[in-house]
Amino acid sequence: MSLSYVSLLDLAVVVVMVTAALTLWRQSLAAAVKALAVQGVGLAAVAVILGAHRHDLVLVGVGGLVLVIKAVAAPWLIGRVVAHDHAAREASPLINVPASLVGAGVLTLLAFAATRDVVALVGTPAGRLIPFGVAIVLIGFFSMVVRRRAVSQIVGLLTIDNGIALTAFLGTSGVPLVVELGVTLDVLLAVVVLQVLVAQLQRHFNVHDLDQLRDLHD
Amino acid sequence: MTPSIGGGVASALQLLWVLLAGPLALGLMRKVRSRLEGREGASVLQPLRDLRKLSTKQRTRPTDSTWVFAAAPVVLVASAVVAAAFSPLVTLSALLATRVDFVAILFVLLLGSVSLLLGALDTGTAFAGMGASRAAMVGAMVEPALLVAILAMSLGVGTSNLSRLVGVGVTTSTLAGPARILALVSFFIAILAETGRLPVDNPATHLELTMIHEAMVLEYAGPDLALVTLGESARLVLLLGLFANLALPWGIALGTGALALVGGLLAVSIKVGLVAVAVSVFEVTTAKIRLFRIPELLAGAFLLGVLSVISAVALR
Repeated sequence: MSLSYVSLLDLAVVVVMVTAALTLWRQSLAAAVKALAVQGVGLAAVAVILGAHRHDLVLVGVGGLVLVIKAVAAPWLIGRVVAHDHAAREASPLINVPASLVGAGVLTLLAFAATRDVVALVGTPAGRLIPFGVAIVLIGFFSMVVRRRAVSQIVGLLTIDNGIALTAFLGTSGVPLVVELGVTLDVLLAVVVLQVLVAQLQRHFNVHDLDQLRDLHD
Repeated sequence: MTPSIGGGVASALQLLWVLLAGPLALGLMRKVRSRLEGREGASVLQPLRDLRKLSTKQRTRPTDSTWVFAAAPVVLVASAVVAAAFSPLVTLSALLATRVDFVAILFVLLLGSVSLLLGALDTGTAFAGMGASRAAMVGAMVEPALLVAILAMSLGVGTSNLSRLVGVGVTTSTLAGPARILALVSFFIAILAETGRLPVDNPATHLELTMIHEAMVLEYAGPDLALVTLGESARLVLLLGLFANLALPWGIALGTGALALVGGLLAVSIKVGLVAVAVSVFEVTTAKIRLFRIPELLAGAFLLGVLSVISAVALR
């Protein structure tokens, strides 16, 4: 029982990690949004597995909430922007794809090096997965820095949030439901606002590259 | 360990199997592709017939080519055959099974690729040189991905002995861990690149701007071309067989008894057939990526390998 719990948890966390890498790997924005949806499913699976193991119904409920918001609602909202956008590619990131993938590998190693004490402190099967959560946060930051398209930046933001949520699930015995509800809904709100903003940007100025927005327009 | 007669029989069997299964797998993949595209397609046996036809033709070589050009096809076939004889394809107890290292097998195979590349350069023609330089570029990026994937698989088992790596899946019936899955995905992408299958190279094209492998072998004709085709297809089934046995080791013979060998032969043929059909279906649904985007694909494979190594160390 406990062996299969650990291997299922490992698998779910690695799914989240690989989808974070996928958002850097693929240039197509539609693929990045799909990867984000799978990431949401993986995150929800982590919460449900942990909740089932600890007999914590609230955590299972949080898992359901994560599934609805991060695997369905947020990707659907961003997907609408991508569907309107014909040239939906991250054409010229600041760092090219092979270099940013190597960068992601280095960030993952950095996360493992930085969290060794935390892992030793927590000392549970879930605790040793914490470095992956930190690595996903770093990869999210990295993708926000090197990507120039507005949609890519939203994807980066959501990756950061997923990484923080993953770290919280793994490190603590579950965030209180109210806090989790607040944070998740905040993120959903941020995505809605950004989605409206990006759609308006495209309609009025016909730009997708945030670096071009240096001057004030009427 | 002293070489046993059973191990020798098993190695000979594996050697013959790759030489026969290679062209058949090639025919099967072409057949599946034709059917999915709505064509009837040539028979599965067609590559074998082609080989027979080519081997009876007159031997012609470019006037300025040297022994490097002549030796390349022979080295290619020999490297594939040597690697196949000692790999755990049909049985875990082939000759030298306790000593054969995964890295060694792959480097024997790479010897074949390098000799083909040198043979292409030797002709001095524009296309062959272009193909060789592209093949060198892809090969240089495949290698780190392959090595990292092997490292990740070896870390989980504690050895890079190929038979032990395959055997660990037979003896323990647990679900494959995330480290092994990531390493296998990385290994598979590297195999597709190394054998010149679709997202990296189109094996069916003779469009000079896009071809990699076909450009290299453009100058080969007759028996030499037959050897190149045979060697390439043997490499393909050998790598697919290694992948299939690493991913799904069930059915591989543990010893070298006659019944076990027949069972192992059937198992590996079915598994390689299934993987070949899967690759073929994947090839129909995908397009060749631009040459300058191949580094992205292989960097992704490399990152998966790195993640696999990290998880193998962290999740022990």
